[in-house]
Amino acid sequence: MNGAAQPLLEIRDLRKYFRASGSGFFTGEQPPIRAVDGVSLSIERGQTFGLVGESGCGKSTLGRLIARLIEPTSGSIFFEGRDITGLSRSDMREVRRHLQIIFQDPYASLNPRMTVSDIIGEAFEIHGLARGAAKRQEVAKLLDAVGLSRAHIDKYPHEFSGGQRQRIGIARALALKPKLIICDEPVSALDVSIQSQILNLLKDLQREFGLAYLFIAHGLAAVRHISDRIGVMYLGKLVETAPSSEIFTHPAHPYTQALISAIPRPDPDAVRDRIILEGDLPSPAAPPPGCRFHTRCREASRLGTRCMTQEPAWHAAGADHLAACHLVENTGAQ
Amino acid sequence: MGFLRKIVASRLAALGLILTVAVAFMAIFAPWLTPFDPAAQDVTQRLIPPFGRTPEGLHLLGTDALGRDVLSRLIIASRISLLVGVAAVIVSGFFGVMLGLIAGYDDQRAGRVIMAVADVQLAVPFLVLALAVAAVLGPSVFNLVVVLGVTNWVQYARVVRAEALTLREREFVQAALALGASTPRILARHLLPNVMSSVIVISSLQVARMILFEASLSFLGLGVPAQIPTWGSMIADGRNYVSSAWWVAAMPGIAIFLTVVGINLLGDRLRDLLDPKLRHMER
Repeated sequence: MNGAAQPLLEIRDLRKYFRASGSGFFTGEQPPIRAVDGVSLSIERGQTFGLVGESGCGKSTLGRLIARLIEPTSGSIFFEGRDITGLSRSDMREVRRHLQIIFQDPYASLNPRMTVSDIIGEAFEIHGLARGAAKRQEVAKLLDAVGLSRAHIDKYPHEFSGGQRQRIGIARALALKPKLIICDEPVSALDVSIQSQILNLLKDLQREFGLAYLFIAHGLAAVRHISDRIGVMYLGKLVETAPSSEIFTHPAHPYTQALISAIPRPDPDAVRDRIILEGDLPSPAAPPPGCRFHTRCREASRLGTRCMTQEPAWHAAGADHLAACHLVENTGAQ
Repeated sequence: MGFLRKIVASRLAALGLILTVAVAFMAIFAPWLTPFDPAAQDVTQRLIPPFGRTPEGLHLLGTDALGRDVLSRLIIASRISLLVGVAAVIVSGFFGVMLGLIAGYDDQRAGRVIMAVADVQLAVPFLVLALAVAAVLGPSVFNLVVVLGVTNWVQYARVVRAEALTLREREFVQAALALGASTPRILARHLLPNVMSSVIVISSLQVARMILFEASLSFLGLGVPAQIPTWGSMIADGRNYVSSAWWVAAMPGIAIFLTVVGINLLGDRLRDLLDPKLRHMER
């Protein structure tokens, strides 16, 4: 953990258990919801880590844990080598200049009673960097950077389209010149035609400002072209992490394979080996024993009862490629 | 000027504005508007009906049981009624909104205490509480405002807390937290502006309630000292004569009605105008 090899962000065995809402004096203690259950990952400077998983797997919770919007149950978060897990609110304020977040819903993420200038400029006010005319000047520069006209500076959020609002959200996150931006499904609420515009904007900004992203999405297709590294999450745990190109060519975990098979292909004649996942995501309050994925895994029967009883450890499935699956241990790199 | 034009763009709001301004004008310039001395008694001219003539002149709204001119008393009484109504709304609104915001934002510790106090207070009938406080403090306009303010903050606190609870989870509040915003900043910049439209609507209804509460307390002799006429005490005085001289009680009743309707119409419009989304809509 020192020198140039130090990652920008490293999280170790991070857990977040939510107290079940039914818990009370008369009902007794309900098992907690294990939204994030022991996740470790690291993000390098200027790189993009794509985090993928279906709804309810805990990926957004993980993003909010890293931004310290919610407190973890256990585990640690290191930002530039410094443990920020226990930092007080005032100590955290300094870290927040380098650690920002963009939200999914561009309609809920902007205060309807504030103008663009106030929304984006709030960052400068909070950190005492600029106010008045200087603040407006900075806001105007940010509007340029995200491709919005300076004429919009005194408008209210409802006067913008979804894509424009997301640009305002991006400008707000950029205001403090952060090193890492957590992008919590920033395009999934937008029209398909707008999605690529926003993705391209994020890529351009990454190049210009040397940003690192934690890019959260629910499908692999969305993160494919923006990520350097991809992690697949299932029911509160990471199941596979690998470089972006590797995961598409050699997916090791059956869940990843299923996600890849779900990506639509432009060629109507291509033969598709579509893997349909049966059933729903199990309850994160009572995750299945053994491998959490075994209830929906089409390969689980091949190893007898092992998948149902024994939790799989991380196994190397290739260069810089890890998967938590008993099959990978048996077959090695596929 | 532009804002005023937007208010009167709605006919109902224009009516509300006219009523409210008229009542306010009446209250401010009351001493110069009264046709007779509101305290002058003349038992020989008691209970003259509206438009009745006496040697002193025309009594537009008649006279009461002591021969005092109803219109003059109505005009003088508007001062206390409006003063008490508006001041009590400001006091209760200030405390209610503040406590409601805190309770909604920190619903674990501060919120539980605040809402527990609110529940206890709601369990005590208003009049009993008001009587107790008024009996201890004694009747005066200032004490009346304190009593009404202290006993009516719960209406604000409950609504504001409920809204703050949902606003707190909205992503723009999360974004402000991610920027490092302090709690006072979140409350003042992000929560307060978004609850104001509800607060204005509650306030316009509360002014009406306060005027009526003042009437009830004055009626019971625990509001304003008896020699100062208020709309409430005028109704109380007139209630014995309703069957023979309806105007003594009805005229202050109509005054309360018109004031309340005017404030409510204006409040509705203000709420719409304060919402940026509706600001450009004209009705």
